[in-house]
Amino acid sequence: MSDKQNTIIDVNELQTSFFVDGKEVKAVDGVTFDVPSGKTLGIVGESGSGKSITSLSIMRLINNPGKIKGGEINFNGENLLDKSEAQMRKIRGNQISMIFQEPMTSLNPVFTVADQIGEAVMIHQKLSKKKAREKSLEMLKLVGIPSPEKRLDNYPHELSGGMRQRVMIAIALACRPELLIADEPTTALDVTIQAQILRLIRNLQEELGMSVILITHDLGVVAETCDYVAVMYAGKIVEYADVNTLFRDPKHPYTVGLLKSLPRHDIDMEGDLSTIKGMVPTPDNMPKGCRFAPRCPFARDMCRENLPHLEDEGDGNQVRCWIHTDQWDGPEVNVKDDYESAASKQS
Amino acid sequence: MFVYIVRRLMQTIPVVIGVTILVFSMMHLVPGNPAQIIAGESASPTQVAQMEERLGLNDPLPVQYFSYVGNAVTGDLGNSIRSGNAVTDEIFSRLPVTIELALYSTFLSIFIGLIAGVISATKRYTFTDAAIMIVALFGLSMPNFWLGLMLVQYFSLPPLQWFPVTGWGTPQHIVLPVLTLGTAGAAIIARMTRSSMLDVINQDYIRTARAKGVKERIIIYKHALRNALIPVVTVVGLQFGVLLGGTVIIEQVFAINGLGRLVIEAISARDFPVVQGSVLVIALMFVLVNLLVDLSYRFLNKRIELD
Repeated sequence: MSDKQNTIIDVNELQTSFFVDGKEVKAVDGVTFDVPSGKTLGIVGESGSGKSITSLSIMRLINNPGKIKGGEINFNGENLLDKSEAQMRKIRGNQISMIFQEPMTSLNPVFTVADQIGEAVMIHQKLSKKKAREKSLEMLKLVGIPSPEKRLDNYPHELSGGMRQRVMIAIALACRPELLIADEPTTALDVTIQAQILRLIRNLQEELGMSVILITHDLGVVAETCDYVAVMYAGKIVEYADVNTLFRDPKHPYTVGLLKSLPRHDIDMEGDLSTIKGMVPTPDNMPKGCRFAPRCPFARDMCRENLPHLEDEGDGNQVRCWIHTDQWDGPEVNVKDDYESAASKQS
Repeated sequence: MFVYIVRRLMQTIPVVIGVTILVFSMMHLVPGNPAQIIAGESASPTQVAQMEERLGLNDPLPVQYFSYVGNAVTGDLGNSIRSGNAVTDEIFSRLPVTIELALYSTFLSIFIGLIAGVISATKRYTFTDAAIMIVALFGLSMPNFWLGLMLVQYFSLPPLQWFPVTGWGTPQHIVLPVLTLGTAGAAIIARMTRSSMLDVINQDYIRTARAKGVKERIIIYKHALRNALIPVVTVVGLQFGVLLGGTVIIEQVFAINGLGRLVIEAISARDFPVVQGSVLVIALMFVLVNLLVDLSYRFLNKRIELD
């Protein structure tokens, strides 16, 4: 793992569950990662892998019937799970901010842009209404909204989707947070707007020196924006690596599967785009061993029986797979190179 | 905004015309000859004929209609058969009491309904929520004349005798009728507020407010309630409209001389001009209340485009 001194947030064995009809659904099941200061961590995974729940857990915004069951979330060395609700409120929107997937519905329809940006600074920096308005204008300029003076008194319905996401970013960054959590910030936007918003986040990150957790299902976004990547599958991190290593030398079969299913324009593709066979397991039907085993082309009995640990690979990167351990009892495998031939033999 | 108000006022014109046609027709649709009724049972045929002439009943219907509307516009709704006074005077002597009653009852139901609804929604699926909703169900299901009688039974008669049994005028007089009328409204508003709040609380923008570090109390009363109010305002408007014309039974129970009682007395005395006039005034007030409700939507939520 990376140097603890320069870590803004360190999530350790986080467990978040939902209790529905007396049954426990483990949405996040022992997630561990950290974010080096001033860097961007991408959390990648399919729908239902637990990535959004992880981010809401960091904000301590898990509502009933959900509950954070265990683990630690150390932010600047202090465990957020030990904080009172009042202490958390001082952190939210101030030191840790969050932007969401749906810019169309994430702004309150009955308040103006200035009201909504200003609210955060009025709460955390105790600014007067007039000062807060000046701050709102400054933020609108910062996020690159054209004719910001006019936009101050607009209501959300008068703005486009990309514009609203810029306003969301302005709200999130108004108090200059140390950590920004962006949960699929571009998924609901047009492709051209997506690139603009990502560039904006990237630029602001450098300008303000903040750290970013970017939740996405889009590896293209990761490649463009992130320094580190955590790949999540069925409530667990299966691989954590810096972005270059992940794309150059992916170790977990799931990561390789994800990369192979990306359309590439730089190499000639023959035939169909490859897909990962099967479906993400539902929480009530969680495999006993490795959660990816039922879909993994390399899976052996040991994978189906025992859950592998997230093991350090020595270079600060981690992978949760039996293939990369001494206990591996199968033939030698190079996951990246052998994936396709193994996958084609999969029934 | 001004353009909208004018346009919205124009839209009420067809409604008002429809109302006047219906009210005008009443005179001609009821069995019997109005002239006979007005002249009295014992009137001679000559007297009835004179009365018909005086009332203009021999003119073609459209002529009669336009003369009725023409008079109504100038504030002349005819004279009461019973008292001989101008119908407008009769109505406006009774109207303030009814408006007062309707206003107080509506305020009471808004006050209780909103608080109960918000508490219920924020504590959903708890004992408090269940208790509030059960009380609301009772409030909704109780016939209000019965509730009125029960309140009189326990609070106006010995041993308590806290409030007068009947009448109007002092603050003590107001309590029981307003409580009676406000209960059902409070119950409806509480249920409406609860479901509307529950819907709003799950919206993304509430999560945004939480992520900003806003206090829960401010989230509920500032961010959520304002959005949840629109369906509630609709219900409040309807309630108020109904109360303006529909306090008949309660005015009867508490012997309050309001508009509702005037209508009842006029109907039993076959005092057609008064019935016509009252129905017209009640209908116009309903139209006005609906207009106000529509305008308040715009005030509550800027998304609702008016022009």
